[in-house]
Amino acid sequence: MKLDSGLENSSSIFLGGCSGLEADFSAPPLFDLPITNDFDGWQKKSVQMVKPARGTTTLAFIFKEGVMVAADSRASMGGYISSQSVKKIIEINPYMLGTMAGGAADCQFWHRNLGVKCRLHELANKRRISVTGASKLLANILYSYRGMGLSVGTMIAGWDEKGPGLYYVDSEGGRLKGTRFSVGSGSPYAYGVLDNGYKYDMSIPEAAELARRAIYHATFRDAASGGVASVYYVGPDGWKKMSGDDVGELHYSYYPVVPSVVEQEMTEVPVA
Amino acid sequence: MAHKQQRFDPYDMNGGTCVAIAGADYCVIAADTRMSTGYSILTRDYSKLCKLADKCIMASGGFQADVKALQKALSAKHLIYQHQHGKQVSCPAMGQLLSNTLYYKRFFPYYAFNVLGGLDNEGKGCVYTYDAVGSYERVGYSAQGSGSTLIMPVLDNQLKSPSPLLLPAVDAVTPLLEAEAIDLVKDVFASATERDIYTGDRLEIMVVNAAGTRTEYVELRKD
Repeated sequence: MKLDSGLENSSSIFLGGCSGLEADFSAPPLFDLPITNDFDGWQKKSVQMVKPARGTTTLAFIFKEGVMVAADSRASMGGYISSQSVKKIIEINPYMLGTMAGGAADCQFWHRNLGVKCRLHELANKRRISVTGASKLLANILYSYRGMGLSVGTMIAGWDEKGPGLYYVDSEGGRLKGTRFSVGSGSPYAYGVLDNGYKYDMSIPEAAELARRAIYHATFRDAASGGVASVYYVGPDGWKKMSGDDVGELHYSYYPVVPSVVEQEMTEVPVA
Repeated sequence: MAHKQQRFDPYDMNGGTCVAIAGADYCVIAADTRMSTGYSILTRDYSKLCKLADKCIMASGGFQADVKALQKALSAKHLIYQHQHGKQVSCPAMGQLLSNTLYYKRFFPYYAFNVLGGLDNEGKGCVYTYDAVGSYERVGYSAQGSGSTLIMPVLDNQLKSPSPLLLPAVDAVTPLLEAEAIDLVKDVFASATERDIYTGDRLEIMVVNAAGTRTEYVELRKD
């Protein structure tokens, strides 16, 4: 079975195949497959065993000034929080960001791979790749692995010659252009806040606050999301990180503790 | 009678716990030396640490046959790197190589849970932590393997520094001195040994600093 469609161009970077011990180290890498005629059953079992890190809230939207991208930072393996400091917004190049939901390794590896491809495109064509093009590169790779158990739900956001761009790409082969997306287990909660507060004519601080609030409310209701709410803005001059707030502390800025009024002070009863 | 197909079942779980702590100018990498299968202890003296380069040490729990294959693959790649470039591979580079090596077996994973510790290009301590299919992250400290769920909360309590994702950035340094970090590692392993059947026998600690690497051993409970 031919699997490898995404790696030909970058084979020299990865130094040989997975076993790494064959004579030809410059051979294009190939993914090892188990010797089994029940790949689906195998895949299911191996996913249960290694419990890849997952669980996320990410969102991105286009508004007047550009694109706002935000995410939480928690990774969990089953009920165990394996990290509270995951970088779920991946900086592909100074004008493009990718978000990470689903399997952490799948997202990390294929975004790194996309970064390589985008750079090669830049060197070959003397111009940056469009968001449309980059998202299609990723979608085509993921589609070539369809049905093999990859788990990726990503948004590619950036600024290209046509202005702001936003695409949703997933491992089932989907690729959608849009102005407002949220991906991950906390996305229903984030959508609730986002749809409620979204206006196209927002200023940058307003949009950043909306994104932060949507992530905060998702981490509040979704146990698989948490950690730090990071917010990025992509404009004509590239991306910029707007904020990174611990959602535990953010809670008290949204819901300040009000000192309760003491209605009656207890006093000593005078001895009669 | 329906023919029952032989199940393809290549994995075993040999247990083992690994911890790494990065400091300002040092890195402590430690693992116990017990290797088990089910309720049987196979050996009390199996090293889970592997020195991949001068300033780069990998500690791995999980299935030790896969771990050995992984160690051999990385060592072979490092040997070729040395021949091609005439120098030792840096810890951040080995970090990414390990990630890619694990991911190339995405559909037939190495059942190995790794931490990579050492010094980065500036001589600062660095720790990389992995899942079995290659997602990785640079952290200040980490625990992996069978006792990780017992150890990680204690390390969080003692060492947790502000998240690197915070903006405005807060300076994050591991507050411990080298000797204090080694003591902490000894304590968390002694505690994990009390409650994890796959951890025990002996603790192997490797310390990497500007002077080089040194190894020390501490006895743990053998029951």
